[in-house]
Amino acid sequence: MGYEIKLDIFQGPLDLLLYLIKKNEIDIYNIPIAVITEQYLEYIDVMKSLNLDVAGEYLVMASTLIHIKSKLLLPVHDDTEDEEDPREELTRQLLEYQAFKEAALNLDTMNLLGRDVFKGGYLVGSETDGEHSLEELSIFELVEAFKVMVSRINPGEIMEIDVERMSLSERMNEIMERLNKEKALTFNDLLGGLSDRIKIIYTFLAILELMKLRVIKAYQSKPFGTIRIFLAVED
Amino acid sequence: MDNLKAIVEGIVFVSESPVGLKKLKGILKDVEGKEIIKALDDLVEEYDKRNGALCLVEVAGGFQFRTKDNFSPWIRKLTDIKPVAISQAAMETLAVVAYKQPVMKAEIEKVRGVDVSGTLKGLLKRNLIRMIGRKDVPGRPIIYGTTKKFLEVFSLKDLSELPTLRELKELGE
Repeated sequence: MGYEIKLDIFQGPLDLLLYLIKKNEIDIYNIPIAVITEQYLEYIDVMKSLNLDVAGEYLVMASTLIHIKSKLLLPVHDDTEDEEDPREELTRQLLEYQAFKEAALNLDTMNLLGRDVFKGGYLVGSETDGEHSLEELSIFELVEAFKVMVSRINPGEIMEIDVERMSLSERMNEIMERLNKEKALTFNDLLGGLSDRIKIIYTFLAILELMKLRVIKAYQSKPFGTIRIFLAVED
Repeated sequence: MDNLKAIVEGIVFVSESPVGLKKLKGILKDVEGKEIIKALDDLVEEYDKRNGALCLVEVAGGFQFRTKDNFSPWIRKLTDIKPVAISQAAMETLAVVAYKQPVMKAEIEKVRGVDVSGTLKGLLKRNLIRMIGRKDVPGRPIIYGTTKKFLEVFSLKDLSELPTLRELKELGE
């Protein structure tokens, strides 16, 4: 798990490098690696001294810079004349990042609906808009709902005579088929009508498995509310 | 139909999302597409000439009434309006998805040089991007693309209206 940098001035190591290049008025096609590496490491030291978590990405870039620097220091053999400049990959990355950073700024200047322009009924529409106010569920809330479902079965009423062989993939397919047809299902639709413990467990496992595969998603509009299940991939 | 323009106006006014020509054709069965387009064009012009707060714009494959951008300072003062805000990090991730789609998370991370799990999740939640499917390579990574809502929010007719990305100059020219 990566930890996030709390200093929001830079959007990552590439952003910091671009800043240094601009600040020093350096030609991006001919980066003086020694100078830039030194300044880059200074910045990281400052971040550390401010007690900021320096995200791993910054450290990876630091080692890349040092690696390039060491490569440039090594004598070049005559027979490897065609070998590419070790800075080339970095320059390409910086140029690409720069282009997208610009694109992001351009996007931000567009007329944003809800910021610069508004449509009718915006007040009602935006926040209470059914679908989008649904909170995505974690496995834990599902397990909670499952416990409630199982507790509803009265064990006295059930007599199992023959244990039907059931397969997980069969249940998964059934759920997918129903979802394809009905678009949205509630947790109750899938588990409510079942009285067979094994079938409930298999159905629940199938839901978890499908969530893990990210083909379905579960949402809830409020704590203990109805759990709705959708296909994660449209079309 | 002599009141066609008024009917179209009414439909577009009430609709929650941009109304496309297809939808209008479905409602106005015996009217020719050409006439509907003419009615829409006339309406756009009328609202333009009227010089009011509203305009009829073509976004996300349909038409929608919106306030003009120069009225936003007043409209934002309406209670309960929290203006849409997208952080720079999210905007950068969104830009990469928009221009490179269909795109994998690893590709976005390569361009931005940082972990993008958080911003991707946020954009998915806001319905600006969606999972298109999975790439047929080992690990079956998810591929992402922008949504219709993205076009609507950014006032774009379609993806071709995105401002052109600065050409990446080839190295060693």
